[in-house]
Amino acid sequence: MTEKGIGARVPRKEDLRFITGRGRYTDDINQPGQAYAVFVRSPYAHARIVRIDKSSALAMPGVLAVLDGQDVAADGLGNLVCGWLVKSKDGSPMKMGKHPLLAQEKVRYVGDRVAVVIADTYAQAKDAAEALAVEYEELPAVVELAQAHDAPALVHDEVPHNLCYDWELGDKAAVEAAFAKAHHVTRMELVNNRLVPNAMEPRAAIGHYDSGQDAYTLYLTSQNPHVHRLVMSAFIGIAPEHKLRVVAPDVGGGFGSKIFIYGEECVVLWASKKIGGRPVKWTAERSESFLSDAHGRDHVTTAELALDREGNFLALRVNTKANLGGYMSTFSSCIPTYLYATLLAGQYKTPAIYCDVQAYYTNTAPVDAYRGAGRPEASFLIETLVDQAAIEMRMDPAEIRRKNFIPKTAFPYQTPVALVYDTGDYEACLDEALRLVDYAGFPARRAESERRGKLRGIGISCYIEACGIAPSAVVGSLGAGVGLWESAKVRFTHTGKVQVLTGTHTHGQGHETTFSQLVADKLGVAYEDVEVIHGDTEKTPVGMGTYGSRSLAVGGEAIVKACDKIIAKGKKIAAHLLEASEADIEFKDGKFTVAGTDKSKTIGEVVFAAYVPHNYPAGLEPGMEEGAFFDPPNFTFPAGSYVCEVEVDPQTGVVDIARFVAVDDFGNVVNPLIVEGQVHGGLAQGIGQALLEGARYDESGQLLTGSYMDYCMPRADDVPSFEVVTARGTPAAANSLGVKGCGEAGAIGAPAAVINAIRNAIGVRVEMPATPERVWRAIQSSPLAKAAE
Amino acid sequence: MYAFDYHRPASLAEAAQLLAGNPDAKLLAGGQTYIPTLKQRLAKPAAVIDLGRIAELRGIREEAGGVTIGATTPHAEVANSPIVKRVIPALAALAEGIGDPQVRNRGTIGGSIANNDPAADYPAAVVGLGATVRTSKGRAIAADDFFTGMFETALAPDEIVTAVHFPKPEKAAYAKFPNPASRYAIVGVFVAKTAGGVRVAVTGASPCVFRATALEQALAASWSAAAIDGVTIDPSNLNSDIHAQADYRAHLIKVMAKRAIEAAG
Ligand SMILES: Cc1cc2nc3c(=O)[nH]c(=O)nc-3n(C[C@H](O)[C@H](O)[C@H](O)COP(=O)(O)OP(=O)(O)OC[C@H]3O[C@@H](n4cnc5c(N)ncnc54)[C@H](O)[C@@H]3O)c2cc1C
Repeated sequence: MTEKGIGARVPRKEDLRFITGRGRYTDDINQPGQAYAVFVRSPYAHARIVRIDKSSALAMPGVLAVLDGQDVAADGLGNLVCGWLVKSKDGSPMKMGKHPLLAQEKVRYVGDRVAVVIADTYAQAKDAAEALAVEYEELPAVVELAQAHDAPALVHDEVPHNLCYDWELGDKAAVEAAFAKAHHVTRMELVNNRLVPNAMEPRAAIGHYDSGQDAYTLYLTSQNPHVHRLVMSAFIGIAPEHKLRVVAPDVGGGFGSKIFIYGEECVVLWASKKIGGRPVKWTAERSESFLSDAHGRDHVTTAELALDREGNFLALRVNTKANLGGYMSTFSSCIPTYLYATLLAGQYKTPAIYCDVQAYYTNTAPVDAYRGAGRPEASFLIETLVDQAAIEMRMDPAEIRRKNFIPKTAFPYQTPVALVYDTGDYEACLDEALRLVDYAGFPARRAESERRGKLRGIGISCYIEACGIAPSAVVGSLGAGVGLWESAKVRFTHTGKVQVLTGTHTHGQGHETTFSQLVADKLGVAYEDVEVIHGDTEKTPVGMGTYGSRSLAVGGEAIVKACDKIIAKGKKIAAHLLEASEADIEFKDGKFTVAGTDKSKTIGEVVFAAYVPHNYPAGLEPGMEEGAFFDPPNFTFPAGSYVCEVEVDPQTGVVDIARFVAVDDFGNVVNPLIVEGQVHGGLAQGIGQALLEGARYDESGQLLTGSYMDYCMPRADDVPSFEVVTARGTPAAANSLGVKGCGEAGAIGAPAAVINAIRNAIGVRVEMPATPERVWRAIQSSPLAKAAE
Repeated sequence: MYAFDYHRPASLAEAAQLLAGNPDAKLLAGGQTYIPTLKQRLAKPAAVIDLGRIAELRGIREEAGGVTIGATTPHAEVANSPIVKRVIPALAALAEGIGDPQVRNRGTIGGSIANNDPAADYPAAVVGLGATVRTSKGRAIAADDFFTGMFETALAPDEIVTAVHFPKPEKAAYAKFPNPASRYAIVGVFVAKTAGGVRVAVTGASPCVFRATALEQALAASWSAAAIDGVTIDPSNLNSDIHAQADYRAHLIKVMAKRAIEAAG
């Protein structure tokens, strides 16, 4: 059974349909009588809506409805909410500006939803949307994060200084004391560049109100359909939860951007009822995605590291300004706080850490979780700061890290920023990465590059992240509005086939394969006999969805628990059939055996007996279907060491990534093929952030990087052939599988490795994205590079 | 996209007639620029005249020692043409470096030069090689007269590019510094040693392709990369945008020119 069980490199079963164009995405679904929605979006970053005259749009052919913020208000629909309450230093709650489904009174970013036009055809809706007369009074825009505090304009009139919250974590006094006696302080200002998520499939939704059933169905590009159902019923108030079905069919990538509850999907659902129950479809155009998908990152930070004479870290002090954009998105408050500052210990035993974060509104698209969410920002900060410290202390960058690693004997390890790391062996990962890259051989490779007129650099990044999100009681105490457990149901059919219903959602992660392997292994059934069902609130148990590398660590464990219940019940049935005592029944490889005998029943026979209970234990329920919920006792802490080697062309500033070695400790690995694929994708995104990607607004708040002509996504030829090791690491303690999660690691660890390598090559640090022009300008100022030229 | 009438003429004469009779009509070649323009509703033509089925506009042949390329010949065909590779390998290499495979299979030389995007590659070759643009009005427009400004050419509104004739140079090469996002040229430099003298054409750097006369003079004196060491490129007329400031572009012109000279041999 292990050929396709846990640990096997099984090719993804979902790939056949994806690669052959037979996936079924929201936009592939068409329903009889379907109408089309087109949103009218604000052309201004900040403006007052003076008047909306619907008459000309309403008079256009095929138009069924034109709805705006006043209609939303008249129907009493609630606002979009941020589901995590963060409190400021003074105990006051964050200041959540109103976020209506369609703008009311003001628009707050270019692309803000002003109205929706519903028409018989898409072209008619498009024409009428263009004809809608909206009169704006333009207001001064707050665009630059660094200037938000003292900007003359307020994004939300009720939020002074545009400051949503001013939050802190850590022991400030201890940190001050440590700095006071430090031998050396390394100080750094850095920007974590703003990113556009760019899922391959744009957001889409089809809302349908069925008047016969008085019930609603929403097809949606969602990473968490149950969360959508919950928020739409409990906060927006479109439909009661039991009358709302949310289906997330095949979803073409999310990276966080499809976690959130956006106005568009709420509006199409509501609009379907307004037009008498015809389904209403909306699919974002790519330019709408650029403008309106929640962006990621966007921090401006000052960081200081105090060191003693030997290079031991004494304390870390961090101040971060985080950009929220025009409104708070669903989880935007927790990204630059609880998913960021709690990770600032990194892999190090720094005894004292203090971080404060000011989160500001600006007239830009909302910012929320994007692959890694807070953890890439933390990791980038620590790993570039540590590198800088090594340079200033004249130490080898590997050496300074080794000196400060939390030793493997110290686990579980309580960090000074709230988390307890369960397991890890940081030195082992670094050793392996340095061995693979041949660290000692670097000077020779550098000399060889130099002969070809190139500057070669090597950069290390030792990241850590918190995954398996999350223990409900912990996140609840920190302000989360929901629990973050996960659920599963395992159902046998008469014929011994297995349906696994999961509350998680797969949109590129390969759950259909991984979970099938898991169940095949646990229950001893054929991998091919397992079907994984997800993404439909009508079919699957209530789940919290997929993000934060949680699906296997939390959702997978729920499946294991359901399997355990199946086995426990199977033992009762087997004991009856084998005329043995339940305590003597052993289960292994799909067989129930009376211990010490050759008397056994296969799981198929036992299942059949459960469904055809002619000869069956008295009092036992028939059937074989078990459900389980799992709330993890702790996060998991994947960690690893990445080493990047770059070659810089000093004449143009072009950075070529010559080598990239990634050694990750993901605990146990169910499918190495999928895990490596996740690492590859994450590394590409991390390299994208480091070298290529960066959302830019002009001073009036227009998005300058609003298409692929100007926003650079990494392509295959921008990245090297990765050297990836995901060999069995230290098993996680928070779940019986010992798995940690792997979806975000690459994007978290890669940027610092690349930026450190560039600095090593040219002698100065370059902000991300390290475009050829930035690198070239940096070289002009670098004595080291000048000497080489 | 707004609604429009669609025509697919079978001959150049028919196309020219349709265009002449319909001032609000637009030509469609590979559609790589024009279809996105239509989709974004940035153009509202009354009619679109698709040149794709006009056999006489497509193809590559040797002529007078040089190469003549039909207007609707896609970039991929130029890149892979044995004739172009033999007679003017620099031109085949330039075509190979345009966009991505999809773009090269659809985009055409006529569409590229008629559009005259400041960052397009072909204008550098047309000017750098001193090519001649032939049109439906029987004109043969010299390269130096064809590109008149940003997205502007010497073509009359009802004039169709039919072919481009490239004379064979003694030596030539193109060096491109691509925009990492679009892969159009941030700076592209075409250098050629021709019967009529040295020509250096620069694209991407300014609103319109131009000849870098200072570089031409230096190279005329001595055909070597070192010859341009002393030349300074004035950034004051060059583009500055989020991808590159003018001084960086000025610097890149020299770097790319040197690389082109070295490649040309
Ligand atoms: C993603 C992408 C990347 C690209 N990268 C590059 C690059 O790296 N380098 C580069 O040089 N180009 C690049 N291009 C442009 C592409 O190569 C085409 O050359 C260009 O889009 C126009 O050619 P077309 O045949 O598609 O013309 P169309 O889009 O069909 O037409 C463009 C314009 O020319 C007019 N026109 C077309 N044919 C004629 C004719 N025979 N006579 C008169 N007028 C005519 C049309 O009316 C229209 O106004 C890129 C395009 C895309 C979409």
